[in-house]
Amino acid sequence: MGAGHAHPLYVHGHSPIHHLAPEVKIAAAVAYIAAAAVTPRQAIWAFGVQAAGVAAAIAVARLGPRFVLRRLTVVVPFVAFALCIPFIASGERIDVVGLSLSREGLWGAWNVVSKATIGASVSILLAGTTEVPRLLTGLSRLRVPGTLTAIAAFMVRYLEVIAGELGRMRTAMAARGYAPRWLWQARPVATSAGALFVRSYERGERVHAAMLSRGYTGTMPDLGGRRATAREWILAAAASGVAWLVALAAITGTGA
Amino acid sequence: MHAPDGFLNVGTAVTTGAISAGAVGASLRQMRTTLRDRQVPLAGLAAAFIFAAQMVNFPVAAGTTGHLLGGALAAILLGPAAGAVVVTVVVVVQALAFADGGLTALGYNVLNMAIVTAFGGYGVFALARRLLPGTASGVVAATAVAAGLSVPLSAMAFAIEWLFGATVPVPFDTVFGAMVGVHLLIGVGEGAISAMAVGAILAARPDLVHGARDLTPGQTADRARIGLRGVTIGAVLAATVLATVVSQFTASAPDGLERVGLDQGLMAEARDHPLASGPFAEYATDGVRNEQVSLAVAGGAGVAVTLLIGLGVGAAVRDRRTHGAAGDRRPTGV
Repeated sequence: MGAGHAHPLYVHGHSPIHHLAPEVKIAAAVAYIAAAAVTPRQAIWAFGVQAAGVAAAIAVARLGPRFVLRRLTVVVPFVAFALCIPFIASGERIDVVGLSLSREGLWGAWNVVSKATIGASVSILLAGTTEVPRLLTGLSRLRVPGTLTAIAAFMVRYLEVIAGELGRMRTAMAARGYAPRWLWQARPVATSAGALFVRSYERGERVHAAMLSRGYTGTMPDLGGRRATAREWILAAAASGVAWLVALAAITGTGA
Repeated sequence: MHAPDGFLNVGTAVTTGAISAGAVGASLRQMRTTLRDRQVPLAGLAAAFIFAAQMVNFPVAAGTTGHLLGGALAAILLGPAAGAVVVTVVVVVQALAFADGGLTALGYNVLNMAIVTAFGGYGVFALARRLLPGTASGVVAATAVAAGLSVPLSAMAFAIEWLFGATVPVPFDTVFGAMVGVHLLIGVGEGAISAMAVGAILAARPDLVHGARDLTPGQTADRARIGLRGVTIGAVLAATVLATVVSQFTASAPDGLERVGLDQGLMAEARDHPLASGPFAEYATDGVRNEQVSLAVAGGAGVAVTLLIGLGVGAAVRDRRTHGAAGDRRPTGV
């Protein structure tokens, strides 16, 4: 996330999913992921149905499979962790191509990989079709404290400015021949982080003064914008409802 | 350490979600009284700073780099409540806009990365401040200890959640030993960089460091005494105590398990912390061949590494002393 593209996950588009109200999308995404999270791990078919649902939604949003797969690398460290589980987990061992693996551990690894992948895909779909300011609007309409979303909005707004300053500091250090290799050579890096904090804080003070001069009273005005219609809520409930039906069927089916 | 969806069971996700929501709510109320109407712009810019600080790559060893996590740093600069809120905002935006960390995993991610690091780190900071002299040097040394310990504290929180919410039967002591052992080493870098950053801020705008509000201008001006001793002794003590505790845990696990446990812990962090490819990786494997050796090596290596870092911090501070105070009054960098 360098300067110039602060929202690397957003893909501009005009699909029906892009146009859904953000609060509906967030609620549906969380409900869908929660359904995947409660699905018992033995119900492989259920994960298949849920994954197909996400894939269909991604196709409707025209995000492109390569984009989604590239972004899915976010979960790779945890998948690597999951792949170790069969070796270290306790319980009954089974032989798979000459390796002694824990049966429980294999199920555990499958559990982590499948749920993490479905969850991350839904998150990528959400972030790919919703700009950050709209995400924050959606959050505040979902009754997340206004202060929190206002702080997040400021963070997003100034992130590129602050990251840009950091980049210029780095360039300046490199231009003066600074190329540290060891932790004890890191003092200039740390002091530039300190300087960055002072600059960020002082910018905050100036921004506050500018806001006061424009009549700021301590709460951000609600700029309105289109709210979700009942039709959108029904659509979202249907989408996550399918995932929940599958999850419930899997739960009763496996007797878990 | 952005855990994905379904990593811990549903009960743990819901419970940690409730704890996090409660803590963030209380922090918001607390922040409202301290920052008043300045809270939105100031906390917003501070959150942008923490987000950017996580992009600050610092050298670790032989050209490998690590990056700041910033929870304890935020708490020391802004106070624990505002620090927790700021890091929570960062974690939530990372999950929502960058798909980094699961949406249903936000409960434990916020708890581990924001609440535990901010409040735990600040708690350690306050304790260390009592033991250390009331000077700028004392604040810098306390920051090193607090920021350094905040990382293994966060790993401990994760291991405890694993105890309740594991989706696979990996023994608690394996997870605990691996997570805390590895994060102890990551914490050394976090502590050193945070301490030097706070030192630079104390030199430029001492009034901005929440954890040093009680110092008079005369005390913040006293910068010569940091020396090798304070920081080194603090870091060595902390590393010794923790390394001993951790090696007790790991020593009780069978060797094979433990080794993979350590490797697995390293792998889980490999993306964020290229420490794993450095010489510390060797420490992880060396330390597990034999239980007694493991114990000794874990303790010894922790202390040795910390000593080196302490020397680094000390050298950096001594550097500053010889250059005189005139240049220290303004922020460094460009």
